[in-house]
Amino acid sequence: MPARPSRSWARVRRAGLPYLLLLPAVLFELLVHVVPMLTGIYMSFKHLTEFFIRNWSAAPAAGFDNYRFALDFNGAIGKQLLESFWTTCAFTVLTVAVSWLLGTGAAVLMQDPFRGRGLLRTYFLVPYALPAYTAAITWEFMFQRDTGLVNTLLVHDLHLFKTAPFWLIGGNSFWALVITAVWRTWPFAFLVVTAGLQNIPGDLYEAAALDGAGVWQRVRSITLPQLRSVNQVLILVLFLWNFNDFNTPYTLFGNVPPSQANLISVQIYDTSFQNWNFGSGSAMSVLLLLFLLVVTAVYLLLTNRRRKTDV
Amino acid sequence: MHSSRPALLTLAVATALLASACSSSGGSGSGGGGSVAGTTLTYWASDQGGSIAQDVKVLTPELNAFTKQTGIKVKLEVIGWNDLLNRILAAASSGQGPDLVNIGNTWSASLQATGAFLPISDDVMKQINGTGRFLPGALAATGAPGQPPVGVPIYSMAYGLYYNKAMFQAAGITQAPTTWDEFIADGKKLTKNGQWGVSVEGAQTPENAHHAFTFAKQQGGSFYDSSGKPTFDTPQNVAGIKQYVDFMAADKIANPSDAEYSNGTEAVKDFATGKAAMLLWQSADATLAQYGMQPSQYGVAPVPFNAAMPSGPSHVDSIVAGINLSIFANTKHKDAAIQFMKFMTSQQAQMDLNKEYSSLPSVNDAYGDPAFQTTTVKTLQSVLANSAAPMPAVATESQFETVIGAAVQNLFADAAAGKPVTDQSVAAQLDQAQQKLQAGG
Repeated sequence: MPARPSRSWARVRRAGLPYLLLLPAVLFELLVHVVPMLTGIYMSFKHLTEFFIRNWSAAPAAGFDNYRFALDFNGAIGKQLLESFWTTCAFTVLTVAVSWLLGTGAAVLMQDPFRGRGLLRTYFLVPYALPAYTAAITWEFMFQRDTGLVNTLLVHDLHLFKTAPFWLIGGNSFWALVITAVWRTWPFAFLVVTAGLQNIPGDLYEAAALDGAGVWQRVRSITLPQLRSVNQVLILVLFLWNFNDFNTPYTLFGNVPPSQANLISVQIYDTSFQNWNFGSGSAMSVLLLLFLLVVTAVYLLLTNRRRKTDV
Repeated sequence: MHSSRPALLTLAVATALLASACSSSGGSGSGGGGSVAGTTLTYWASDQGGSIAQDVKVLTPELNAFTKQTGIKVKLEVIGWNDLLNRILAAASSGQGPDLVNIGNTWSASLQATGAFLPISDDVMKQINGTGRFLPGALAATGAPGQPPVGVPIYSMAYGLYYNKAMFQAAGITQAPTTWDEFIADGKKLTKNGQWGVSVEGAQTPENAHHAFTFAKQQGGSFYDSSGKPTFDTPQNVAGIKQYVDFMAADKIANPSDAEYSNGTEAVKDFATGKAAMLLWQSADATLAQYGMQPSQYGVAPVPFNAAMPSGPSHVDSIVAGINLSIFANTKHKDAAIQFMKFMTSQQAQMDLNKEYSSLPSVNDAYGDPAFQTTTVKTLQSVLANSAAPMPAVATESQFETVIGAAVQNLFADAAAGKPVTDQSVAAQLDQAQQKLQAGG
């Protein structure tokens, strides 16, 4: 039986209302994320240099030149891009692993109520609440060779080194970067895991305690499996944040980072804004985007499959 | 203070590009005819006073005087050096910028290539009463040769050798060194008990690039050939850069810690606080005063040369340093902007502002003021007139500063880590730098 027009219109209206309400958000999302992304992809196929920034549509088409140039690992830029890619991988894996360990450890220790727990929890969140710039510049002061707190402690107080080491140049700069990033990142892991722990039913622990399970066994058999879905998202988010981190290296080292601590985001910034080659800077950004998409997809696929088989 | 992030910047530039694509190509209304009184100009000033608050303090009375004279209001924004070029690029790509902006004069040719600035034609030069008044050296650093300049010089500077008088006396040195051999011998005498012969800003891009340019020039080197092609790793350039880095690497008269100095004030502070006896710097008086050093405590001499006083193109001991004032091509208040340019290059404003900033006036007729009759000013003025060379006037100049600055920074890092700095390692850095520059397109 054909529906009457007025009733079907009412149904359309009822069904359409949520979409109508979503429309402003969708439009805004398009404006803020999708349009610039598409613009970036468009730019990556142009020879967009200083000669054309006033009238970018006049920039000559580049085809895949910018991509070829970024991926030419024998050239100076391609080689540096590849090196900074490996540096970024090492930096991200280390930072995520240490941050997760610290965050989870602290959250588990804070699980049982004790005096001053609230205070301590708040205190742990301070690095996360500080603006990135303030935090990184404080670390920059601490890492300075002659006047920094780190060397004062290591050299003058503990006498661990004969001559003061450098932290902002040379090989140590990588560790300075990791330390600063971990310090900034772990409170977030702590926060998320703490929230996740609230959802674990207390009787599980009680039952385990009755069965004679030790602390370590309880953590391994109850806490970690119960946290799996939380951890899945947490690790992905930490990975994406750190892989794209720009504030920390830029504030610590300025626009020319030591080669040992040259992260890919700074490399892209240098290509775009120091060498005024927005075309190849965009091409590098697109490559980075593709890489992160692939990693994310594979990660979600693997972790979801594992969860399913576990069930 | 910079809080720039690439995502945000890319976003800003992308949106700016988009905005410019969408906006109608209105062109720049010249606003010709009629009164310009009542209009409001937006002016981006560079940070000349050591802090943005200090600049606002110095500029505000001048801007008020301009408003009183012409009825034109000026909205002032002082922008730190780390952000200025990015802000100009964003403004150029969007067409949404200020009416006037200060630029580092070494960027002139690069920014000229973007077409962002109004060319200063003979006609404009006449309107600002500028014909024949500017120092020729400073005027040369306003764009590529053979093209109309894209700005006028307002503050001029030159490099000099600043030395601590008390330390020289204590070490038995009676006069400032004039050759590099003397400089290094003196430097060795002055390096003792935690005190160093010279302080350098080893991780600061522009400082490194300026010194690389001057030292290479003294060796007869050049970073570009006559057709504008880069020629970085010539033996002369290698020798010049090695000589500079050797202050730390071989002569050991500079503190290895200087290799991480990057914010543009640390070397000056070390000199002002007695940690180093000498400093190669441009117009440092205002900054030195900020760190508590009185003019009576230090002397200023020309930067030394190699052995005998050379002549010809290698007789260079400074870049032509300075700040230019440019008008954005997109301005809707062209006439008012030209009036402002006329005001800023007037005799009175040139005297007032350059006195405050301890820089040199860019116009001849402002030197009558007694403040510019001191030995320091006379020394630097003579350097600027006789032995200063403009940085390469090529479109890739700003990239040149970046890649050469980074190359010297890497070499200082090697020196600080005790790794040898050799002709080969310098040449390798220069080769990498040139590849990056050419790849920039």
